[in-house]
Amino acid sequence: MRRVAVVTFPGSNCDADARHAVSLFGMEAVAVWHKDTVLPKVDAVILPGGFSYGDYLRCGAIARFSPIMPEVVKFAGNGGPVLGICNGFQVLCEVGLVPGVLLRNSKLKFLCQDVDLRMEGKPTPWSKPGGAPIRIPIAHMEGHWYADDATLERVEGEGQVIFRYVGGAPNGATRDVAGVSNAAGNVVGLMPHPERYVEAGVGGTDGRRVFEALVETLA
Amino acid sequence: MITAEQIASHGLTPSEYQVVLDGLGREPTWAELGVFSVMWSEHCSYKSSRIHLKRLPTTGPRVVIGPGENAGVVDIGDGLCVCFKMESHNHPSYIEPYQGAATGVGGILRDVFTMGARPIALMDSLRFGRMEHPKTRSLVHGVVAGIGGYGNCMGIPTVAGETRFDESYDGNCLVNAFCAGLVHKDRIFLGTTGGPGNKVFYVGAGTGRDGIHGATMASASFDEASDEKRPTVQVGDPFQEKLLLEACLELMQMDVLVGIQDMGAAGLTSSSVEMAGRGGAGLLLELDKVPTREANMTPYELLLSESQERMLLVIQPGKEKQVFEVFAKWDLRCAEVGTVTGDGIWRCSWHGEEVCAIPVAILTDAAPKYDRPQTPRGVAPAVPEDLVPPADLGAVLLQLMGSPDVTDKRWIWRQYDHQVGTDTEIGPGLDAALVRVKGTKKHLGFVVDSNGHHVWADPFVGTAGQVAECVRNLACVGCEPVGLSDCMNFGNPQKGEVMWEFSRSVDGMAEACNALGVPVISGNVSLYNETGEQSILPTPGLAMVGLFEGERPPIRGRWTEGKRVARLGASGTHLGASLYLREVHGLRKVGSPPPVDYDVERRTNAALRALVRGGLVEVAHDCSDGGLAVALAECALEVGATLSLDDGSVAALFGEDHGRAVIAYDPSREAQVRKVCADNGVSLVSLGLTGGDRLTLLAGGPLLDVAVADLRARWGDTFPAWAG
Repeated sequence: MRRVAVVTFPGSNCDADARHAVSLFGMEAVAVWHKDTVLPKVDAVILPGGFSYGDYLRCGAIARFSPIMPEVVKFAGNGGPVLGICNGFQVLCEVGLVPGVLLRNSKLKFLCQDVDLRMEGKPTPWSKPGGAPIRIPIAHMEGHWYADDATLERVEGEGQVIFRYVGGAPNGATRDVAGVSNAAGNVVGLMPHPERYVEAGVGGTDGRRVFEALVETLA
Repeated sequence: MITAEQIASHGLTPSEYQVVLDGLGREPTWAELGVFSVMWSEHCSYKSSRIHLKRLPTTGPRVVIGPGENAGVVDIGDGLCVCFKMESHNHPSYIEPYQGAATGVGGILRDVFTMGARPIALMDSLRFGRMEHPKTRSLVHGVVAGIGGYGNCMGIPTVAGETRFDESYDGNCLVNAFCAGLVHKDRIFLGTTGGPGNKVFYVGAGTGRDGIHGATMASASFDEASDEKRPTVQVGDPFQEKLLLEACLELMQMDVLVGIQDMGAAGLTSSSVEMAGRGGAGLLLELDKVPTREANMTPYELLLSESQERMLLVIQPGKEKQVFEVFAKWDLRCAEVGTVTGDGIWRCSWHGEEVCAIPVAILTDAAPKYDRPQTPRGVAPAVPEDLVPPADLGAVLLQLMGSPDVTDKRWIWRQYDHQVGTDTEIGPGLDAALVRVKGTKKHLGFVVDSNGHHVWADPFVGTAGQVAECVRNLACVGCEPVGLSDCMNFGNPQKGEVMWEFSRSVDGMAEACNALGVPVISGNVSLYNETGEQSILPTPGLAMVGLFEGERPPIRGRWTEGKRVARLGASGTHLGASLYLREVHGLRKVGSPPPVDYDVERRTNAALRALVRGGLVEVAHDCSDGGLAVALAECALEVGATLSLDDGSVAALFGEDHGRAVIAYDPSREAQVRKVCADNGVSLVSLGLTGGDRLTLLAGGPLLDVAVADLRARWGDTFPAWAG
């Protein structure tokens, strides 16, 4: 059985949701505590949503120094699939695994609502470009992705924009970017929550496409 | 020597102070005076309300724990229980909206996880002054951000709520926060001490000077303690509380804990006294061992601080190491601060010197109880018989859809994470929220409701009607009620009319709860909600929880094409205390509220539950504010309909009569729907079919005809246009 680590930082609150979603796809979810210094043998790593360290200082800025993070960076460097969702995306940006930063939403309000996303860019373990847009929710205060012009051109040119809002970014994100990958494509971060919409009775099933891509990659 | 002035500034009457002297057999110390002041405050002692609350039904086959603990607990089968409570944080939220509302959420979360329950849902009931009042907008922004800021960070979904506006709340907003959690029946924890020798632990945030009562801070002989006057509103840290939640739940899995209680109002004092009271024990607190976050705090300040995110634990002796380990893992403060004793006396020491020694029974059992005088007030004037309805009823409907109480509140609830936990099957915006219980076929329904206009017009009938409406809202998502938490927001109890309103409201709630089989398992009373001479509308906030087992029903809020629309129950006849009178005719406090017929309610609810659970209906929506017409319009925000009514009067359109709902179903289900209604003795009146982009109502001739787009715009745009 494939194993997916889900890291719990102090203040993570979508860690159980991510583990539940993973378990629905025939994979084993492995809970990893942020103070651990060794990553167990796993096939993929998810940094979940929440408010690591209360989002104090800056979202994700303290979590990047958690003892487990050097192991995550090493795992990513070896080509292992890593997904950062919401706060996990912010941690990935802070630790430098994916480009850009996440600013406050343009209207300075927390937003919890459905968004439509196009999957594009290069194929990654977490996505296959093309197909119909997916509808999954956002739930964040700091989801306004931003990068300087040079980074933006490089990211766009290299096909590292993996998820893009359709019909405008509700948070003001630059070029409607919802999720990006690293240059190699194995590390992906996105603000919306695919783990929330994986069951028909609870919101919808469009989030399944992200987990199905991982299942296919690991097959 | 304690002066009469100091006694008064501590909120104690001369006769209450005499009880203190008689009980102690001596003059209290300064710290003890503070302790009596908070323990006998209205907030902690329920001295004006307690004799009335006893009339509420609090037992039932499902009730595991009723009022008196941190939260009530109801059995939902298979060893699982739901634990819930609603509490007010009105005054702090008016003074400092963000922190006041945030710490209201923080407090109610602690009440629930203290019981061993993992929180699964939050709701909020909010009241603000008129939209045009200069303070309202900033209060709304602050309160909503505060609720979201705390609940979102904790990762508990805010699944439902309600917000209304009225001039009586101009100077006194209401913020009532509800939390529910899940707990295994054999893992419920109580706020008790057990026997002598058990250890008292303090965990969580350090104690600061926040929340100490402003009036006592200003006391003349208090200069030695502090030159500054700290704000009386506490400051919340949801991150700290998230850690506290996880650490406490982790500790509860081990066999170390005897009792646990959160430090809410009156902080360390109230928590330790209440635990000792329930345990029938005494307690020694070594105040100098309490973790602090400010220097030079006095015993008085430590005892009265309402700093947030703190818990008091009683653990078995010899298990100290395990406690320290768990809290170290979560980077939380943890200190052994005392011992349970056998002498029934609550003692505090300060560097070895005793500063308090009060028999627990004096603080709890001897607390004053008042049967305050009641002055029945006259009923509201009758609805004028010569009322001339406007000619353009379509314009009236649009006006009501854009009115403050009906307009879409998405601007509010999209600032709340209503999905985290991935159990929210139906979120905000429908009659009630529906939350699944993973690993079971159970679904919990959540609704919060109150209509101060109905209650003002007749506190007994109005409150009974609100209970009935909550039960009906739950039936619209297939649930039957398992319990109620009440948050009684009223004015000054020393005014006879207010006390009368309170007492009648309690009686109305009791009657309806008995008739509809809903136990009251927890609650809170908030009095003195007034500014100058202006009392708020009597506002008993009701939060009800429902349950059903089975597949998630395929219900939605809006009609789709080609569905049969029907009304369950009779045509409306009752315009009293309605939204229509207030908004269209400017008649506030006019007319009696609609009466409640419990037999009709029971049959209608049974039919609704059967229709929803059986998957027979696509939409089920209760008629409440704005009556049948607004209920229909709320269903018609995507697809319209052409409907023929049996009565075209404004009372039929906009009356808020109980015992009714509108449903929509596929015409192929006609026979099954009719059978369910017939079996339950409920009248089913077919109104017509959905379709098109207009809502057209006929009654013999044309009644009103509005575009769906206009309904959507008026309903949807009003709030964001106002809030910005």
